[in-house]
Amino acid sequence: MKEEVLEKLKTLAESAKYDVSCSSSGTTRKNTPGSIGNTAGWGICHSFTEDGRCVSLLKIMLTNYCIYDCAYCINRRSNDIRRATFAVDELVELTIEFYRRNYIEGLFLSSGVINNPDYTMERMVRVIKELRTVHRFNGYIHMKSIPGASEQLVREAGLYADRLSVNIEIPTDQNLRMLAPDKNHESVFAPMLYIQQGVLESAENRQKHRSAPRFAPAGQSTQMIIGATDDSDKLILNTSAAMYQRPSMKRVYYSGYIPVNTYDNRLPALKQPPLVRENRLYQADWLMRFYGFKVDEIVDDKSPNLDLEIDPKLAWALRHPEHFPVDINKADYAQILRIPGIGVKSAKLIVVTRRYGRLNSESLKKMGISMKKAQYFITCNELAAFNVNDTSPEYVRRILTDKKTAKGKDNHQQMSFIFPD
Amino acid sequence: MNRFDFAIKSFFTAVKNRKTKQKMIIFRYDKTFAGLLTAVFDAYNRRTFPDRLLNEEELEPLFTDECYTVITDETKSDRVWQGLRKKLMTVSCNMLRYVWLSELPGSDELIFRYIRKAFDNKHSIEMNFTDDDVFKMRNLAKKVDKECMRLIELVRFQKAADDIFFATVSPDHNSLPLIIAHFTDRFADQKWIIYDIKRNYGYYYDLKTVTEMTLDSSDLFPEGKLDEKLMAADEKLFQELWKGYFKSITIKERINLKLQRQHLPERYWKYLTEKQ
Repeated sequence: MKEEVLEKLKTLAESAKYDVSCSSSGTTRKNTPGSIGNTAGWGICHSFTEDGRCVSLLKIMLTNYCIYDCAYCINRRSNDIRRATFAVDELVELTIEFYRRNYIEGLFLSSGVINNPDYTMERMVRVIKELRTVHRFNGYIHMKSIPGASEQLVREAGLYADRLSVNIEIPTDQNLRMLAPDKNHESVFAPMLYIQQGVLESAENRQKHRSAPRFAPAGQSTQMIIGATDDSDKLILNTSAAMYQRPSMKRVYYSGYIPVNTYDNRLPALKQPPLVRENRLYQADWLMRFYGFKVDEIVDDKSPNLDLEIDPKLAWALRHPEHFPVDINKADYAQILRIPGIGVKSAKLIVVTRRYGRLNSESLKKMGISMKKAQYFITCNELAAFNVNDTSPEYVRRILTDKKTAKGKDNHQQMSFIFPD
Repeated sequence: MNRFDFAIKSFFTAVKNRKTKQKMIIFRYDKTFAGLLTAVFDAYNRRTFPDRLLNEEELEPLFTDECYTVITDETKSDRVWQGLRKKLMTVSCNMLRYVWLSELPGSDELIFRYIRKAFDNKHSIEMNFTDDDVFKMRNLAKKVDKECMRLIELVRFQKAADDIFFATVSPDHNSLPLIIAHFTDRFADQKWIIYDIKRNYGYYYDLKTVTEMTLDSSDLFPEGKLDEKLMAADEKLFQELWKGYFKSITIKERINLKLQRQHLPERYWKYLTEKQ
């Protein structure tokens, strides 16, 4: 390995960093004699960069030369940036040596498009094939599938990769065509479908014989850029909901648009990336995946965009005070999950603990359940507390968003006496 | 005094006596896990339960009424362990081990109380998180587990000239034994050493088995880093590559140092290659 690899590595990491996904979960693979490494199943983050994002995989591009000219992308053809290409053995050695030092969980391989999608895809497959077959690398591999690549190559990639992904980038076809003239939704959905078919077929075959090869065992993921177009949260979340209907789709990532190409006036001029909106979208995404919410409960025509000030679950609860208060001692798990401020872990804790005796607010606090938001939405084994229906949703909202009370400095239940002069 | 009043009176005296008779009982043991389990065995055997557990040298508190020294006995501790295995779920048995390895003062007394509660209750107490001891056990076990996770994430190997991958750690709790299985499976085809500088012991894997080891001098790794003379030829290069990569992958527009510290507490930075 030579010194000049450092420059390549820096250049190609710079180009790859805008991809959000870095998870290494979804596959469990034990070590077998003669092979390198294993895969942990729950995903391991190995470091955190100064932007607070996790580094789990070696997120890198095979090359950042690209024939496309997508407006939102740093690597677009018309940008004058430093370009580089990795040789297959360089990238393979880097991955293995980093892995052996416990720097990474595996490889996240992406690439700019050179010549044509198939040509690019074939070179990417060559890297992961060599890792898996020649070096018997057992770590995690996430590979980008290039839009427009042929079915045969996607099928081959699935044999070596744990997760495949194709990014939608822009939730509407029309806007995608505007910003990325060489892409359209059809070219994105086609490889997604190939991956889905591969996963389903492999699952079916593995029921017949255990030795049947696995195909992208950690499924597929995708990503949408937030704030580069005027698409509403309703549209974005409906797209994600439709994605999650697909059997192999594990994650939809949201990436706040970072103005990398400020000169392009098809894009909005942003001072800073829409990080709060991105966070709210992730919260909404979690509500759909783990809290049993339907997408039209989170956003509808009346409120097509998420409230940036409060989280989507609290927003839902304030729109629907008729569902509250929930009785902690009687309500079923699904209902408890809908209480603002109570997450999956707390809800489970409540359900197992209440079998030993009735819970009151004291015992909830003792169990470490955060009552800041929950207190307005529950009743427990004591005198009626002050809840959302005793006052109004507006009032609760005001208390929870007020900077002073939010930090717990001021207790709203403390009566204030004003003496007349 | 009628018969009824007399009954009340004698009951009252009995209760009163029981209160005043309560004694301060101390158990001394050798601060090993087997010793702790033997203490449980002896306590049930003697039907006296300690208020405090001390090691062999600690000073007795004032007003100690009784002091009993436990002699660690494998058969006794095994019997208690078997009893626990029957009474508790596997995950709770593991929890006992995690809390023991936390090495926090008072954790042995907590384990003792927890074991007593487990044995004395007809029904399982494991999920009764309104009970103080059960909740404390869970929290402490979670704390140690979190540290294990952090170690699994943040151990950084340096390749030495003799092809041994060397890493140093100094965890708050004695979590090293809990993560060895992970590393043995993952790095099965390379020799490695993970060394706890704080407790001065470590584990060495020689491609077949893992052995516990203690190094005589720490000159080999000043401040936890392998001496450059002992490094493999390309080790320095890979460290530079990793540092370069780590810098380049940051998105400048999203810098959020608070979030970074939240996930990557500063106390771990001293052994992180990318943070040097």
